[in-house]
Amino acid sequence: MAEVTVENSITPDQKGNVLSRFVWTYVFATDHKVIGLQFLFSSLIWFFVGGFLALAVRWQLAWPWSDMPIFGHMLFAESGGQMSPGFYNMLFTMHATIMIFFVIIPILAGAFGNYLIPLMVGAEDMAFPRLNMMSYWFMWPAFVCIILSFFMPEYGAAAGWTSYPPLSVFQGDAQSLWLLAMVFVGISSMMGSINYLTTIIQMRAPGMTMFRMPMTVWGMFITAIMQAFALPVLTAALLMQLSDRLLMTGFFLPENIAVNNGVATSGGGQVLLWQHLFWFYSHPAVYIMILPAMGMVSDIISCFSRKPLFGYRPMVYSITAIAGLGFIVWGHHMFISGMNHTLAMSFMVSTMLIALPSGIKVFNWIGTLWGGKLQLTTPMLFCVGFVSMFVIGGLSGIVMSAPPVDIVIHDTYYIVAHLHYVLFASSVLGVLGAIYFWFPKMFGRMMNEKLGKIHFFLTFVFLNGTFFPMHFLSRMPRRVADPYIYEGLKDLLPLNQFMTICAIGMGLTQLIFVANFFGSMFFGAKAGRNPWNANTLEWTTVSPPPHGNFDVQPVVRRGPYEYSHPSTECDFFPQTETS
Amino acid sequence: MNRFWSVLFLLVPILGIATVLMAMYGVAPLESAWLPKSLSEAGDTIDQLFNGIHLLSAFILAGTVFTIGWALWRFSDRGDSNEKALYVTHNTKLEIAWTVIPALILIFLAFFQMKSWAENKMDRPTVTVDGVTDFKPPMVMVKAKRFGWEFYYAGDDGVVETEDDIFVENLLVLPAGEEIVLQMESRDVIHSFYVPELRLKQDIVPGMTQFVWFNAREEKEIEIMCTELCGWGHYMMKAKLDFVSRAQFDAWIEEQKSAYSPEFKNAAELSALLRDSNKSFAAKFSNDARPQLKLKIN
Ligand code: HEM
Ligand SMILES: [Cu+2]
Ligand SMILES: [Cu+2]
Repeated sequence: MAEVTVENSITPDQKGNVLSRFVWTYVFATDHKVIGLQFLFSSLIWFFVGGFLALAVRWQLAWPWSDMPIFGHMLFAESGGQMSPGFYNMLFTMHATIMIFFVIIPILAGAFGNYLIPLMVGAEDMAFPRLNMMSYWFMWPAFVCIILSFFMPEYGAAAGWTSYPPLSVFQGDAQSLWLLAMVFVGISSMMGSINYLTTIIQMRAPGMTMFRMPMTVWGMFITAIMQAFALPVLTAALLMQLSDRLLMTGFFLPENIAVNNGVATSGGGQVLLWQHLFWFYSHPAVYIMILPAMGMVSDIISCFSRKPLFGYRPMVYSITAIAGLGFIVWGHHMFISGMNHTLAMSFMVSTMLIALPSGIKVFNWIGTLWGGKLQLTTPMLFCVGFVSMFVIGGLSGIVMSAPPVDIVIHDTYYIVAHLHYVLFASSVLGVLGAIYFWFPKMFGRMMNEKLGKIHFFLTFVFLNGTFFPMHFLSRMPRRVADPYIYEGLKDLLPLNQFMTICAIGMGLTQLIFVANFFGSMFFGAKAGRNPWNANTLEWTTVSPPPHGNFDVQPVVRRGPYEYSHPSTECDFFPQTETS
Repeated sequence: MNRFWSVLFLLVPILGIATVLMAMYGVAPLESAWLPKSLSEAGDTIDQLFNGIHLLSAFILAGTVFTIGWALWRFSDRGDSNEKALYVTHNTKLEIAWTVIPALILIFLAFFQMKSWAENKMDRPTVTVDGVTDFKPPMVMVKAKRFGWEFYYAGDDGVVETEDDIFVENLLVLPAGEEIVLQMESRDVIHSFYVPELRLKQDIVPGMTQFVWFNAREEKEIEIMCTELCGWGHYMMKAKLDFVSRAQFDAWIEEQKSAYSPEFKNAAELSALLRDSNKSFAAKFSNDARPQLKLKIN
């Protein structure tokens, strides 16, 4: 099957001195593993930037208008360290933007997609190594735009990550940089997704049929399809908004509006058009942000249950169903938007339906645990955490998909609770689990289990302390710098302070992870080829795998989940093993 | 240690459901955390749905996460046996059961709530005059702007956006116990009209007209919140909403009429003015260039 050979002219070994070798290996890398690590490291750095912004948001909600430690005086000396309301809007806008577009999507698709797809399908590299390199390099113009935007007069874009016009059109110049950054991120993802699709379709090792692929690869495959279909729409919409800002077109601007020093336009546009286009991308995007994690979690849970993944085919069908339905539910973000109220009913039905495959996945994970011989390692704990938190996020999703109920909870902290349960408590826990799981493969050393478990425990406790109480705040609007200006919300101050303290604890906890990560990179116990006794192909090669991945061309003889097979002596049965 | 982790996961549904129930039924320290008491019948229906779906969710949460915690307790490898894990790859009957049962629940939910949505958003109240049925005319025109609310009462002619409109800013006084229709438009960006006590929320989109209706059963002073980000001052875009008796309302309206200042007419003129000048491409407006409305602001 895999007859595509990769011609790779830039091989690192041919170059002379150390510096140029370093540059060719790590900067102009075409090796999928190096590119994966590039994505991993840049995402982790942005993760900390995004985390700081979140803590600043929480600071304002707990101790409004007080002097923020360190940064307050740096930025707002003249007001005694008190942040401005516009600055607050920047904080949550940039927090969401960075976490979604610079952390979760790149770490899932960019880092793990790149690293794992060729290894797991038994290919020596991606189908288009140089396109792959470009896909990472296109992140950098986006990084530059966003970093520059922090130095603009309003310290960055401040129209929310959803960037609804007309507000966004009347924002300062940082908004244009934001739009450009999003265009670059989109191009990067687009190149990545083409590469993944081609690699998965064309370059599987002999014997690796589609239904022998691990769920991780399935998750990446379906994600790549969603990106390929949804991104062009977002890119077009972003360029339209950019042209509304810079060329005075009026795609999203009706007549008769004027904002402060803003510009009145020729009008004729439709405000809601942006929302339709944006959510047509961004609802699929929320699944782009979880399907790869679901795939990795499935693999990890099966491995540490020492038991086949329960219902492999239903799992594949359900992610396919999620991807399909994901394109027809975007209107659930717009129930209250003024969109035709009858239309809301059809979006409600499709949204209810999408909860179904999500539920099936949860039941199958539980089915996998049941009757297993569970090894509660750090990656396993994170993945079990993922499943139990995803139940909460999925259930709050169902609550909100009832339009009459959504009347109350739309644009309040309930939404914030939902999205953090699915994005942080699920996706990020999944990513952390995956890092603990594949770290030995990436760096050839094990991460420290004890630190890992402490990291899991504290993260799990603090995240629930931070996000669970948000479910109670369906009368507190989101994106409000000072909720206590409302009489009816004054009594929420102590609860908000509690959440902020938990958030700070959660932030500090991540330092344990950083210490473990870098410590283990240099001092961790050496990992062999297959420290977890797992079945999939990446564990048959050395850790870390060399350029070209496999010493011998793997030939696949069975599916990836043959754990505790009755006919074998040991409790795993690698995909390549002859029986 | 394995037991420790399973207890941790078991605590999730226990604490989660306990706190939700405490909030829902007003038990200290979460007695005021949930939504404030509903002020309207439509709001009660929404509450029933809201609480009902949460209770249903609580069951599902308990069922699934308890099973997870229990599985960890029961099936953890304690290194004391050489027995291998169960080799099961799937179970079609189970698969069908856990697809079909949730599907039925979801379909039921989907149809069950349609009525409430229709009452709140689709069935705009009507009146029949001389055998002709038409939409009930709005009592107040709401104009949202950065960062405040303008309210134009219909005045004697009962029609909004006419000469005799009565203008009040950031204060909406309405009679309790009557069905009231509001018409809403935005002057600039998107805003959203949220009154938690009425379980009422509607985005106000520039270039579109929205209608909302409600019937408050009590006299009470509450707040209107803006729930769509509209710029730096979004957080302070609040207005007072005062439900009073019909008699008090009539007296109040009379008072507003006498406070009517000639400058006020500018409001309607101003809209027209804005409309015309906006038509010229790229005409610039600054805040200061807009004539200020000098009115009694409550
Ligand atoms: C069981 C499946 C799910 C259902 C039924 C569901 C339903 C919804 C609904 C109805 C909303 C809109 C609420 C509103 O704004 O009024 C929403 C918002 C959101 N959902 Fe979900 N959801 C589900 C799963 C997910 C997953 C898996 C993710 C991401 C990994 C996700 C991420 C989000 C985000 C980020 C928002 C908020 C967007 C914003 O306004 O900023 N959801 N969800
Ligand atoms: Cu969505
Ligand atoms: Cu607002």
